[in-house]
Amino acid sequence: MSAAAHDGGWTRDEMMTVAAARLLWDRCVCFVGIGLPSAACNLARLTHAPDIVLIYESGTIGTRPDVLPLSIGDGELAETASCVVPLPEIFSYYLQAGRVDVGFLGAAQIDRHGNLNSTVIGPYATPSTRLPGAGGAPEIAAHARQTFVMLKATPRSFVPRLDFRTSAGFLDGHGARAHSGARGGGPRAVITDFGILTPAAGTEELELSALFEGATKDSARAAVGWPLVVAPTVTTLAPPTDTELATLRALQSRTREAHRRPVHLPAWPAGSETRSPT
Amino acid sequence: MQFLSLSEAIAEYVRDGDSAALEGFTHLIPFAAGHEIIRQRRRDLHLVRMTPDLVYDQMIGMGCASRLTFSWGGNPGVGSLHRLRDAIEHGWPQPLAIDEHTHAGMAAAYCAGAARLPFGVLRGYIGTDLVEANPRVRSVECPFTGERLAAVPALNPDVTILHAQRADRKGNVALVGIVGAQREAALAARRLVVTVEEIVDDFPPAMNSIVLPHWVVSAVAHCPGGAYPAYAQGYYARDNAFYQRWDEISRDRDGFHAWMERHVLGTRDHRGFLDSLEEVA
Repeated sequence: MSAAAHDGGWTRDEMMTVAAARLLWDRCVCFVGIGLPSAACNLARLTHAPDIVLIYESGTIGTRPDVLPLSIGDGELAETASCVVPLPEIFSYYLQAGRVDVGFLGAAQIDRHGNLNSTVIGPYATPSTRLPGAGGAPEIAAHARQTFVMLKATPRSFVPRLDFRTSAGFLDGHGARAHSGARGGGPRAVITDFGILTPAAGTEELELSALFEGATKDSARAAVGWPLVVAPTVTTLAPPTDTELATLRALQSRTREAHRRPVHLPAWPAGSETRSPT
Repeated sequence: MQFLSLSEAIAEYVRDGDSAALEGFTHLIPFAAGHEIIRQRRRDLHLVRMTPDLVYDQMIGMGCASRLTFSWGGNPGVGSLHRLRDAIEHGWPQPLAIDEHTHAGMAAAYCAGAARLPFGVLRGYIGTDLVEANPRVRSVECPFTGERLAAVPALNPDVTILHAQRADRKGNVALVGIVGAQREAALAARRLVVTVEEIVDDFPPAMNSIVLPHWVVSAVAHCPGGAYPAYAQGYYARDNAFYQRWDEISRDRDGFHAWMERHVLGTRDHRGFLDSLEEVA
């Protein structure tokens, strides 16, 4: 579904990226995960938020990549950054110190309170699928002033109960997070491939608050593995503008080309790998 | 500090059963050193690295490791590390004990190790099941405010191995660009081996270059291209196409083994490894 072009000439993947980008504002300080979040953050920078400060956990601050990085530490990120700091510094002096407005996360599983699993499917000691693990996510989830989560919805990814809680959302809801020691505000929006879920006041349970054009409440309920609560008001998100679509597609096209480019190593100097250089 | 060939440096400074940290956060990953450890058939290593990356996928798949300390174990932007997964999910080629952290936790553990403190402290691991999964993640009460903070034991690898852009003729080492936790991992280690792109008379001026002084370095080996298929800022780019191809190469055990036999075990050194890839292309 998500890969096919929608009636209006855009895909749900594209709409997801556009919807996430629109949540960002100019000059906000954003800690970026790789994949969909990276595309959304750079789309925002190339459209309505030219002075957004993008931070990647490799220590690159204020980076303005021309193509999307494949890894969190591609040279492109360092070359276009305002500054590059060591990794312990980005986590302790910036993230833990509360200097990040938005943390952008993905995951393999999410539950109704916005808790995330990126560690294992099945038991921890004997997993059926071992996933990459935590990385920066638990501390981003705890310390960013707010987090946005991007994740495509299936009953396998939007689950009643996580196999493993890697990163805290609202924990069990009803104010549990406020007593956990987490200083950031937690998930403010979950952007998925039919629309947006936001936490309800009080229960802190994710509820359907916005739909893409063409998506329905029933299709949203079917895609989620718990009984999805629908907010009193559900808005319909405007489809991507021509500028948004053209900018995103050009970015992705430049990226594909760059990642295919052959790498040339410097010529091997004569006499290397000898015992002494002198 | 000694200048050695890479094979001499590994023979002298990496022993069976060591804890070994081949650091470098995406950038400056010491691939040549990892391959030489595979060639010399080191066993029972406790591998330490924030992001195992392809280099540890290869070492784990070739049976070098019995334990792994890490904080994110994927192929960046591509997906799984299939050899790491096979070791954890199926114990192939041997069981792999894991000591799993978050990036912030592992950074704190390296910082503590570099300062020779017993543990690192952070406001971290909040609301995560990692605390139950890893008994080494504990908490400590702040003696001033009473706040509970996360504590992780210091990391002090027997040997840390880095790749850097340059060493000078005294063996001072300079690295620039994305520097990850390399300085901390270097100073936390009992022995430090560094491979470099170039050996120079004088370092070029650099604003945020990290310099490791020669008297903390055990050995420097001149090894151009030593971070490939990762990259060395100013020398060559990350081979993102190779990282994508690795997904297929490493997916099944036989295909992985054939590739390693041909390109790593079947080559004499890193130059031979790079030449063998040229032949394929």
